[in-house]
Amino acid sequence: MRPVYMVSGGVSKFAKARPDATFQKIVKESFDYAMNDVPKLKHSMIDGSVVSYFSDHFTRQLMAGIMATDYLGLCPKPNKRIEGGGATGGLCFQAGWEAVASGRMNVCAAFGFETMSRVPTWKGNEFIALASDVNFDYPVGGFYSGYYAMMVNRHMHEFGTTVEQLAMVSVKNHMNAYGNPYAQKRRKLTIADVRNSAMVAYPLTLLDICVMSDGAATCILADEETAFKLTDHPVKITGVGTGTDMMRMSDRPHGEVLLAPNEKKSDYRKLKYPGVHSFRAGRSAGLQAYRMAGITDPLKQIDFVELHDAYTSSEIQTYEDLALCRYGDGGKFVEAGYPFMPQIDYGMKLPMKGTLPVNPSGGLIACGHPVGATGLMQAVFAFWQIQGSIKKHYGSGELQLKKADRGLIHSHAGTGTYVTVSIMERGW
Amino acid sequence: MTGTTVFNVPLPADLKALKGMSPIVVKQPYQIDYIHSYGQDSPFFAGLSNRKLLGTKCPKCDYTWATPRLACTQCGGETDWVELPQTGRVHTFTTCYFGGEEFLKETPFHLVLVEFDGVDTLLLSRLLGPEQPEDIRIGMKVKAKFRRHSQLKPTDVYFVPAE
Repeated sequence: MRPVYMVSGGVSKFAKARPDATFQKIVKESFDYAMNDVPKLKHSMIDGSVVSYFSDHFTRQLMAGIMATDYLGLCPKPNKRIEGGGATGGLCFQAGWEAVASGRMNVCAAFGFETMSRVPTWKGNEFIALASDVNFDYPVGGFYSGYYAMMVNRHMHEFGTTVEQLAMVSVKNHMNAYGNPYAQKRRKLTIADVRNSAMVAYPLTLLDICVMSDGAATCILADEETAFKLTDHPVKITGVGTGTDMMRMSDRPHGEVLLAPNEKKSDYRKLKYPGVHSFRAGRSAGLQAYRMAGITDPLKQIDFVELHDAYTSSEIQTYEDLALCRYGDGGKFVEAGYPFMPQIDYGMKLPMKGTLPVNPSGGLIACGHPVGATGLMQAVFAFWQIQGSIKKHYGSGELQLKKADRGLIHSHAGTGTYVTVSIMERGW
Repeated sequence: MTGTTVFNVPLPADLKALKGMSPIVVKQPYQIDYIHSYGQDSPFFAGLSNRKLLGTKCPKCDYTWATPRLACTQCGGETDWVELPQTGRVHTFTTCYFGGEEFLKETPFHLVLVEFDGVDTLLLSRLLGPEQPEDIRIGMKVKAKFRRHSQLKPTDVYFVPAE
């Protein structure tokens, strides 16, 4: 496998609704931004592409992927569509990586989109719920927030996690988004604000849950030789992992923990895993990526994380899946301040603030979640952090981390049916 | 957004101005009736219509699924249908105050994952009876109830507190 680098990226403004543009034009905005940011890259140098979007229901258009591709002028070169629930964008990023790593392409464009505003919100939620078993789960109460909320309650039961710890994630990510002009929902909140907002699925409130969006994102990936010709600051993709789990939560085993390099079996003597409290797919994806990148102590060896916080609870569960802390300690991890950014004042006492910033961009909760673009958006925001070009792209350097040599991006689907983890590092 | 019949949309004299035109938004209704087969899972739904809870068990691995699987995920072999207990415990739960469009009129409702003694996996169902999520507790005993008239859906069974 050849080393693969990201040389450029672009994101459309994420919005509740973009009636001014069809999906093709929204994708092109993100693609043009990426192309313009690396002037040495000519359109003709792109050897092929991969495209992602989650649901044909949202566009009411089959084969929308080839239409986005043709609009970008990338025919007759190879292209394929990737889909995998909320992990669609992350799977697309990895498909782009594969295209270059395999030697099939020297330059690959990976782009994704979703236009969720074309249907009313609750119809949109119904479409999303069709990504659960339509024989056994959907007819009982098809609502993804309900499924995740059941996981929250079990996590609380197993580990003592609190709703206030969840709320801290919401405060953090909305505040981070304040400095991100691409974000859809930038708000200064308190824990009380989160707990007092409308209950959606007990114990998750409206502010614990991400927003539906219209948007697109593009990443340009290249082999080493080409990357260094195109830019002085390419970002190397040093680890990739993809994990899976059973669609139905009810089917998941209650067995032994998949141990991270920094864990021991005795850490989890009584824990039945994954049950419905943790994401085995996330742990599996993380371990694969860590092995490939040579990471044995992620909390010390990773500078920041952009992860899939569709729910505040998912963020806490994912700290544990990624072995940033032990299973069960996610609530305390956030409470102590580990995932907060060092340079931002959140109005809370956070003794370990800035240890490992999680979701500097604002995450899905605040940036938005145009499903097919989300995992690629994370890659773009991580790319800009590692390049040190946040000020250029955001118009302000407020969110630029001083140390951002290595980042992890994490994309998540279903109730953890597909999870991708990719490690991105300073490549120059 | 509502559908509107119009005779025309005015054009500007200078076509260059068209780039600034507001988007035309139209309503597009969509309706599908699927002729859906439950396939190998059909006995589960037949069981509900007979007031039975059926799961599956692997004869080789001795692993039992509360939500039936006709193939064992451990050895790949074919599983057998077995009758489950009708009492269990709340493994976890939530109360949905909102939902997908199809379920909005039923909100609020309680979702529950039920665990059974001697069974390795769980069953997703509705819990009826409690008023508030605070009235539900993980570990709480529940028992199955069946609809008088089967709709051949998983909601033909639901649970109520058994304590």
